[in-house]
Amino acid sequence: MESIVSIRNLSKTYAGGFKALNNINLEIRKGEIIALLGPNGAGKTTLISAICGIVSPSEGEILVDGKDIIKDFRSTRSIIGLVPQELTTESFASVLSTVNFSRGLFGKSPNPEYIEQVLRDLSLWEKKDNKIIELSGGMKRRVLIAKALSHEPRVLFLDEPTAGVDVELRKDMWALVRKLRESGVTIILTTHYIEEAEEIADRIGVVTRGEILLVEEKDELMRKLGKKQLILELTRTLTALPESLSAHQLLLSDDGQQLTYTYDTQGERTGITSLMDDLRSAGIGFKDMQTKQSSLEEIFVKLVEES
Amino acid sequence: MNWHGVKAIYNFEMARTWRTLMQSIIAPVISTSLYFVVFGAAIGGRIQEVDGVSYGAFIVPGLVMLSLLTNSISNASFGIYFPKFTGTIYELLSAPVSMFEALLGYVGAAASKSLILGAIILATAGFFVPLQIAHPFLMLLFLVLTCVSFSLFGFIIGIWADNFEKLQLIPLLIVTPLVFLGGSFYSASMLPPFWQTVTLFNPVLYLISGFRWSFYEISDVSIGVSLTMIMVFLGICLAVISWIFKTGYHIKK
Ligand SMILES: Nc1ncnc2c1ncn2[C@@H]1O[C@H](COP(=O)(O)OP(=O)(O)OP(=O)(O)O)[C@@H](O)[C@H]1O
Ligand SMILES: [Mg+2]
Repeated sequence: MESIVSIRNLSKTYAGGFKALNNINLEIRKGEIIALLGPNGAGKTTLISAICGIVSPSEGEILVDGKDIIKDFRSTRSIIGLVPQELTTESFASVLSTVNFSRGLFGKSPNPEYIEQVLRDLSLWEKKDNKIIELSGGMKRRVLIAKALSHEPRVLFLDEPTAGVDVELRKDMWALVRKLRESGVTIILTTHYIEEAEEIADRIGVVTRGEILLVEEKDELMRKLGKKQLILELTRTLTALPESLSAHQLLLSDDGQQLTYTYDTQGERTGITSLMDDLRSAGIGFKDMQTKQSSLEEIFVKLVEES
Repeated sequence: MNWHGVKAIYNFEMARTWRTLMQSIIAPVISTSLYFVVFGAAIGGRIQEVDGVSYGAFIVPGLVMLSLLTNSISNASFGIYFPKFTGTIYELLSAPVSMFEALLGYVGAAASKSLILGAIILATAGFFVPLQIAHPFLMLLFLVLTCVSFSLFGFIIGIWADNFEKLQLIPLLIVTPLVFLGGSFYSASMLPPFWQTVTLFNPVLYLISGFRWSFYEISDVSIGVSLTMIMVFLGICLAVISWIFKTGYHIKK
């Protein structure tokens, strides 16, 4: 698969001496949606800022569409759009003028039809003549997205785009992201809402303490690290697990009415059959059962704890 | 060259002026008028003439310079400082705009505003005293050079400043005193010999003197020296700026 962004041995030490990125290597594929997950202070914003030219790398190199972001900054930056994490906007300029400003800044000649389309897609067209200070937080977020899209970027960075955004707008936003992806735009987003990454991303990268822990196809990641749980509601209360069941990975709930069996979906044998046999011979009956797949959230928490 | 980018910055900065019309245009008109009432009418009643020019007319070039210097500095420094303060600078840093292009946009807009301001002040002055401009082209040259160099100076201050106090510090502590003591309201020859010598160390004196010469052909120092001084100042500002660009000083993290 062809890379649109290549990050090689990238490190960043801030002026104060803090090392925010430590030898990052990452290939972002053309046309994919990649989600970067990581706790506060992991270095996600620093990584994005380095690619966009806001933070200068201390070591390593970054290529965008095969070109060096420092030597060839004009061509790399002109294909990148960035929606920053912080709501930093002008206050007194109108929505339309600030979006037009962004397009000009990125070296594009005016294109009123395109800008109108972007503003309509983001439900901002009615507000185009309002001053930004008159908008709500969620609308300001949309203005930032409109600014980032104003110059028709081919790579779009969304740094926590759904922070402070309501359900409706979040849905609109994901619809827009999918539409952009269909038109060939590569999208890199960071989020704390893991369900979002699960819902929208093709690949997921986990960042902690300035390092990339892993980058994996979402489905692969879910499969690899996914554990399943079988939960049995017992017909009578157990005070302790019988000796005969100690071979199985079983957990008895505090009230003694539930047994939880954890197994690997990847394993050749899940061990369910033998568990059932052993339960029967121990005389333990159950009135209900359910299975649960561990979510990305649990996978993520586990990964970060292990590192 | 990213001309669309330069134009976007320039237009954006100019739009800020129209939005703050009161502060940008009307305030200087009022303050100039006040200067004329106080200096022209009250003091002019006693001094009457300096080097054969009526006192009211004599102070016009100094007044214009006073406003140009302070406004060029504050416009340019504010223009680049404010995005740093609000965080909107991220966009400039991530755009395919070189520092030189950013400079053209910001300093170009600040200098343009000052030029417009200079014209407004001259027109206002024309209501109070009869104006006579002996060398219009030279006057224009002085205006442009002053606006450009002091806008550059302001740009440097705006980049250097990391809080509002610093932004005000240099204009308030250095520039304003230098301008007031630079012969805006008097001729250096009116001072005792010792202070005449001290005044020669004030760079603003050369500006005002040269500018005044283009009006009335009277000056404290020769016009050639004045022109040289402003070019030197321009050169220093350009050198500092190119050093800033090389180091990314105070802009990029
Ligand atoms: N300008 C700076 N100077 C010094 N340290 C910084 C600077 N910016 C960020 N850091 C530090 O670098 C680390 C990574 O910060 P970064 O903003 O990249 O994290 P993040 O993963 O985006 O976190 P969050 O999820 O909270 O947005 C943090 O420890 C932060 O304190
Ligand atoms: Mg962040």
